[in-house]
Amino acid sequence: MTRRRPPFVLAFLACVGAAFFVAPLLGLVARTPWSDLGEVLGREVVGDALRLSLVTSLGATIVALFLGLPLAWVLARFEFRGRALLRGLVLLPLVLPPVVGGAALLFTFGRRGALGGPLEDLTGLVLPFSIWGAILAASFVAMPFLVITVEGALRNLDQRYEGAAASLGASRWTVLRRVTLPMIGPSLVSGLLLTWARALGEFGATITFAGNLPGRTQTLPLAVFVAMEGDRDAAVAMSLLLVLVSLAVLVTLRNRWWGAR
Amino acid sequence: MSGGLDARITVLHPGGFHLDAELRLESGHTVAVLGPNGAGKSTLIAALAGLLPLHEGRVALGGRVLDDTELGVWVPPEERRLGIVHQDYLLFPTMSVLDNVAFGLRARGRARSAANRGARDLLAQLDLLQFAGRRPADLSGGQAQRVALARALATEPDMLLLDEPLAALDVTTRARLRHVLADRLAEFPGPRMLITHDPAEAFLLADQIYVLEDGAITQVGSPDDIRLRPRTSYAADLAGANLLVGVASAGEVLVGSHRLTIADTSAQGPVLATIHPRAISLHVVEPGGSPRNAWATSVTRIENYGDRVRVQTAGPLELTAEITPPALHALGIAVGDRIWLSIKATEVGVSAD
Amino acid sequence: MRPILLLLMAALVAGGCGGDARREVRVSAAASLSDAFLALETQYEAERPEVDIVLNLGGSSALREQILSGAPVGVFASANQANLEQLVTAGLVDGPVVDFATNRLTIAVPAGNPADVRDLADLARDNLLIGLCSPAVPCGDYAATALAIAGVVAAPDTLEPDVRALLTKIRAGELDAGVVYETDIAAAGDDVESVAIPAEINVPVVYSIAAIAEDHRSDAENFIDFVVAGRGRQILRDQGFFLP
Repeated sequence: MTRRRPPFVLAFLACVGAAFFVAPLLGLVARTPWSDLGEVLGREVVGDALRLSLVTSLGATIVALFLGLPLAWVLARFEFRGRALLRGLVLLPLVLPPVVGGAALLFTFGRRGALGGPLEDLTGLVLPFSIWGAILAASFVAMPFLVITVEGALRNLDQRYEGAAASLGASRWTVLRRVTLPMIGPSLVSGLLLTWARALGEFGATITFAGNLPGRTQTLPLAVFVAMEGDRDAAVAMSLLLVLVSLAVLVTLRNRWWGAR
Repeated sequence: MSGGLDARITVLHPGGFHLDAELRLESGHTVAVLGPNGAGKSTLIAALAGLLPLHEGRVALGGRVLDDTELGVWVPPEERRLGIVHQDYLLFPTMSVLDNVAFGLRARGRARSAANRGARDLLAQLDLLQFAGRRPADLSGGQAQRVALARALATEPDMLLLDEPLAALDVTTRARLRHVLADRLAEFPGPRMLITHDPAEAFLLADQIYVLEDGAITQVGSPDDIRLRPRTSYAADLAGANLLVGVASAGEVLVGSHRLTIADTSAQGPVLATIHPRAISLHVVEPGGSPRNAWATSVTRIENYGDRVRVQTAGPLELTAEITPPALHALGIAVGDRIWLSIKATEVGVSAD
Repeated sequence: MRPILLLLMAALVAGGCGGDARREVRVSAAASLSDAFLALETQYEAERPEVDIVLNLGGSSALREQILSGAPVGVFASANQANLEQLVTAGLVDGPVVDFATNRLTIAVPAGNPADVRDLADLARDNLLIGLCSPAVPCGDYAATALAIAGVVAAPDTLEPDVRALLTKIRAGELDAGVVYETDIAAAGDDVESVAIPAEINVPVVYSIAAIAEDHRSDAENFIDFVVAGRGRQILRDQGFFLP
């Protein structure tokens, strides 16, 4: 940390950069109907959207935990042909437009999709236009955050600790539960939080794959999008809600991502 | 020999490293595997622990076959019942000291309360009970080493393996813990294996020494065998040093009844004095000048290793000198001849014992 | 590194300043007008090469919100009259608002009509996957009116943000039925079939158009003339719209 002043040009551009992030937030706050905020946030459509957002984002986080953790494990610990390719594919949703992801999901898990058709025949479960579809879409987009975070942690973990635990008589399951997971614990937690936050903000894949029905698949971002065309006060209020939730996640993670100060 | 270890190990590393070793350890005895860094000592431990696959070989402990590439037997690490003290200890950083020591007991199915009781007993024996609630990160090196020892002993393993147990410690702590370790090793009923690059450790703690160089055992013998008759230049350099136990005070070390002058005037109390064989000068007549340590003795043995010759001498301190063949020729000595020996005070290494 | 940077800058300059000197007219048009306005653009630009029609297609309500937020739009063609009325109220339109085409609602089903949908009442069947437009956009608004007239309480599974998004999901076979405009059926080709809604419960869909911005005002008005009175009429008719 240097105490000297930064050069003027640098400082100026940095200010512009900062304004670029801060100004839209201020714009949102300025547009917020403070006096009606309680009433707006109390509406059924907002409550439904909030509830659905929590359910789908938590659902996606659980999916990521049960599928993403083993995937990260395999990527970090096993050598096999096509591992680099698999890692690339897993990370693809990070850069892919979510709408494309939603379309791909629709072609795969839709009723006429390669997997969706057999799935419906076997179980009667139809994923599109259901909450399961919304969870699937959010998982698709958000799970890579867990996979990269946990894979990195597993790579950095000194495997000799696991060997030491095994030599003390611990089964592979005990080693995982009592040694490995606690040691990557902080990374796992931040991976889960990032996954959850990304799932909470998911829009494109959800509206493409799961559709948009208040009370069933209309999450907060979808509700904001629809409200933008009619009820702007509600749109702004719900946007503010999302900003606050996102900020809360960042504050929780600050020690790991911003560096403790 | 029923409780001993019988191992024939060939390991091929993908990086091209090759380990080829045959070891036989008896119960109640301590074997040191002495070798320079990179000789394959950690590979040996990993192979014995079942963490590295054998390319070829057989490992049996107390009559139980742990590994046999011909019969296709392989016992997983968690069922080998080895107590290992790892290099830099590998204490689980997320657990308390107590949980670390109780870990093996719980992993083997002991209930939490019973495991904790066992762990507490062991911590008490090692004078560690006051650290039970601490995290490993909050321990000193010596404390961590003893916790690692307690953790390895807690499960009452069939064999004890110590991988450079003292290497990470400072000199004074090392001396103190060597005694703790010696006591613990003496109490342990099974075979004990100490892996080290420090000849003093090997000589003081082991009954038998395996010298490991470049993935192969180059010499097996008692500490005296190795010290007096080192077969390779590595062994001669490190293991062939003269090692004396004595008490230091005021620039002198009292070894038995003989006083050895040393350069370090601050040394006090029990010490280990080391004298490299090449630092010892031999003379046919009393040497002039001012070597502080000089005495007359007789030659008991002469061994020619081609480029160097080791000359063993009789009392008062039975030291071995190393000279070149031309020098031996110039001295013209033979076994039984009388000879003068001198050592500069600065050539006597002293460390606390 | 250096050549890539230069290329990037060149691309930015080319994209930002426009490679040609044609006068630009930005036209925001309802999603259901997509095909018609693409054809209109081609024809108009062929006749007046000095003008570049830039189309912005989407849900009428979203387009209206963009304009209310100050988007630089020259012409707005909405799938209802209400959106333009709002803009008039907001003082953003000072020329005439012209109703230039009408359309009708129909039920769209995937090819072969797998769910055997026969009339609006079938949209209440719970076991079908039904899609409607969001009530915030005209096609959803119209559909709600038609359903109310028919006395049907629909059981939609999704409320899509515009009619083309709805049609896409019907084409893919993911939805069993949805209420769209008649003109959309032709645009969707063989993937979609139409189940007619009888005239007595159908709702007249009226498209309105008006000039918005000050820039290139005469070009915007000229384009509107082309749509409401010129050769554009035939194009609209060819696309299945009814003309007043």
